[in-house]
Amino acid sequence: MSSFQAVFKREFKSYFTTPVAYVFLVIFLFFSGYLTFKQGFFAIRQADMNTFFMNMPLLFVFLVPATAMRLWAEERRVGSIELLLTLPVTVTQAVLGKFCAAWLFIVIALALTFPMVITVCFLGDPDAGLIVTGYLGTVLMAGAFISIGCFFSAISKNQVISFVLSVVACAILVFAGMPTTLNYLSTFLPSGLVSAIGTMSLQTHFESIQKGLLEFKDFSYFILLIIGWIAASSIILEERKAN
Amino acid sequence: MIEINGLRRSFGPVLAVNDVSFDVKKGEVLGFLGPNGAGKSTVMKMLTCFLKPDSGTASVCGYDILKNPIEVRKSIGYLAENVALYSEMAVDDFLNFICDIRGLHGKARRLAIDRVISMCSIESVFHQTIETLSKGYRRRVGLAQSLIHDPDVLILDEPTDGLDPLQKHEVRELINSMSKDKSIIISTHILDEVDAVCDRVIIMAKGKIMANSTPAKLKEEHNGDMDSAFRTITTR
Repeated sequence: MSSFQAVFKREFKSYFTTPVAYVFLVIFLFFSGYLTFKQGFFAIRQADMNTFFMNMPLLFVFLVPATAMRLWAEERRVGSIELLLTLPVTVTQAVLGKFCAAWLFIVIALALTFPMVITVCFLGDPDAGLIVTGYLGTVLMAGAFISIGCFFSAISKNQVISFVLSVVACAILVFAGMPTTLNYLSTFLPSGLVSAIGTMSLQTHFESIQKGLLEFKDFSYFILLIIGWIAASSIILEERKAN
Repeated sequence: MIEINGLRRSFGPVLAVNDVSFDVKKGEVLGFLGPNGAGKSTVMKMLTCFLKPDSGTASVCGYDILKNPIEVRKSIGYLAENVALYSEMAVDDFLNFICDIRGLHGKARRLAIDRVISMCSIESVFHQTIETLSKGYRRRVGLAQSLIHDPDVLILDEPTDGLDPLQKHEVRELINSMSKDKSIIISTHILDEVDAVCDRVIIMAKGKIMANSTPAKLKEEHNGDMDSAFRTITTR
């Protein structure tokens, strides 16, 4: 087994040996359902999961950093990073292992929202393609948020600090694309700049995937975001692991 | 097996390790002595590729610590000073994780785990969670972790710290029994230990090597007293 797999396996198991996984799953599943039904899932009288997916960015802004904050902060505070990084594993392998474990965990959490799919199918005849792209967009967004959380976890030994910083970073990415923000910005910024800010926002790309548009620019946006933050985490850890 | 050449490392304005060079041959047990903050742990961290030196280099089993850190780590077993293990894991899970990362599988893994369990006498806590263990047991699990792949080079940072006298004795016996075909560096504050296990002693103070000799010779030069040898050399 390669070092990447070993780190991945340990990290993934550790979610379930501590209460982290269970607390996260209960809260996430509760709110993903609650928000959907509260925002008039029945009143719209449409058998689709649009409402469900539209809530995901807001939920993930808070919940994903909470799962990612411990990735490195804990390791550095306790000192087990000295054990991990004196084993035959490179920093990049370790970062990727931890990132993928957290990502898989979120994917599992999303998979557990399957009753929503069943409900929609029971009530009507939804477009399966839209559900698939909706989940795809959500998974990509989760990956982006985890990579951001991973980075902020690597820069601080304090989990609270890394949590707050990554919530802020994720929130900026989401809210920069909200129509209200863009309207406000257009009152004093040139329109070219406003649309540039809009296209840099995660929200814009998430919505377009969620609408069923599978465009290269949206995928590359998420992939680049993930690669960029992962690379930044590796560099910062290489520099500061022993401090 | 270990060659260190002019290692230097500073933390901010503090020069922690200043131009340290020495080598350790196969079958040799090197005792690393010095007051707190002398730079012993920093040298060990550089050898295990956890810290990068500012200048100078070292090689372990022929692999350079800067050019080939992964090979170096493969050939080293390292017990850190404040063994922080993954406290939420059980001992068996933890050792299995180490085997995963060290690439030990199947029969080799079973043999390796059985071997270190009896070597470090941790049978009784094998299924316990690490955070519930006493300091002595944690240290022994840390030692087991460092021995699991039967490394050519062992680097042990205060291996007997926190152990009771009986366990201290066991660990010393263990080190003696392994010393024939390995190179071992141990750092310690216990001068008796040096007498009991080490073939050679290096005394460090303020980041520099102050003495590099054998325990017998040091004693001879200081009227048979390790304590006074240590004091005179480190306060020089």
